[in-house]
Amino acid sequence: MKDVHVPDGFIDAPVSIAAGAVAVAGVAVALRGARRELDDRTAPLAGLTAAFVFAAQMLNFPVASGTSGHLLGGTLAAILVGPYTGILCVSVVLLMQGLLFADGGLTALGVNITNMALVTVAVGYGLFRLLLRVLPRTRASVAGASFAAAVVSVPAAAVSFTLIYALGGTTDISLGKVAGAMIGVHVLIGIGEAVITAVTVSSVLAVRPDLVYGARGLIKPLELRTGAPVRPAGDAGPAEPSRA
Amino acid sequence: MTTKRFFAGFLLVSLVLAGLVSYYASSSPDGLEKVASDKGISAKEKDHSLKDSPLGDYGVKGVDDARLSGGLAGVIGVAAVLAVGGGLFWVVRRRGPAAPATPAAGAASGTPAPASEPSQNAS
Repeated sequence: MKDVHVPDGFIDAPVSIAAGAVAVAGVAVALRGARRELDDRTAPLAGLTAAFVFAAQMLNFPVASGTSGHLLGGTLAAILVGPYTGILCVSVVLLMQGLLFADGGLTALGVNITNMALVTVAVGYGLFRLLLRVLPRTRASVAGASFAAAVVSVPAAAVSFTLIYALGGTTDISLGKVAGAMIGVHVLIGIGEAVITAVTVSSVLAVRPDLVYGARGLIKPLELRTGAPVRPAGDAGPAEPSRA
Repeated sequence: MTTKRFFAGFLLVSLVLAGLVSYYASSSPDGLEKVASDKGISAKEKDHSLKDSPLGDYGVKGVDDARLSGGLAGVIGVAAVLAVGGGLFWVVRRRGPAAPATPAAGAASGTPAPASEPSQNAS
């Protein structure tokens, strides 16, 4: 296992700097937002989640001939500890990988944070919430939504990389080729991402459902339903309006 | 399961993955690396500025046994990420007694924090 993230020299200096600015802004917003997600109990959990993402990123799994993939972890971290904290978890992992393990170029840190922290969390967690809105409020739904959100988050990061490459790639390869190859292989990697994400979320749900940020609404509505089953939100309305 | 026990288990899983299981990870290039070399994106790739660092490429310099070197690097990485991440999250966290999920905003009158952002804690 060598460089698993964007190294130095793929993206030119101006676009690397611009991506750095995007990353700094994103992390600043996340620092503000994370305050609302973190307390005496969830702060240690978030540290452990970052450590888990680091560990899981070491585990490259084969996806096609001569190609491997590894967890990005944005969707997983966001579901476990909240989207803002999730961004920070992945950013800390990327920072430590760049500084300690020579993985991911230091000039490309902004590109890597943008793709693997900001985009994966925005797409993955956004989709996760949307799905939970329409799915029944069960643990199986949380697992299924985790899976689907994680699948999509990985090609989304690949698309984001392709866009950044289009703006500032140091080589002159046709964008269609780059996009096609990047998205193709990352759909496969996304399946691995989804399996790891769904298994991890389900495991935590099984032992400590109260610790899963993304499942917090799960328990309360169930109580509500037993209390007052006859009054749903009211958008569908009563089937037969009694206008006698 | 108590919170303490859960945290210990979660950490143990990470240590086992990074310290032991990582040895069996695929050594093929990952998706980005493969596409980059196939399509020529990496033509102008530069060496990492810290490539000779003591933990470069997920191994401990001077430890010859690959399993031990990679495993140690993984364990050190987990510890480093936990220390930096955990430290950051501990500093950023909302102060006061842990009262998760229950939207008892305002009830904890002793919390000096939410003055600037009233009632957002409720969500």
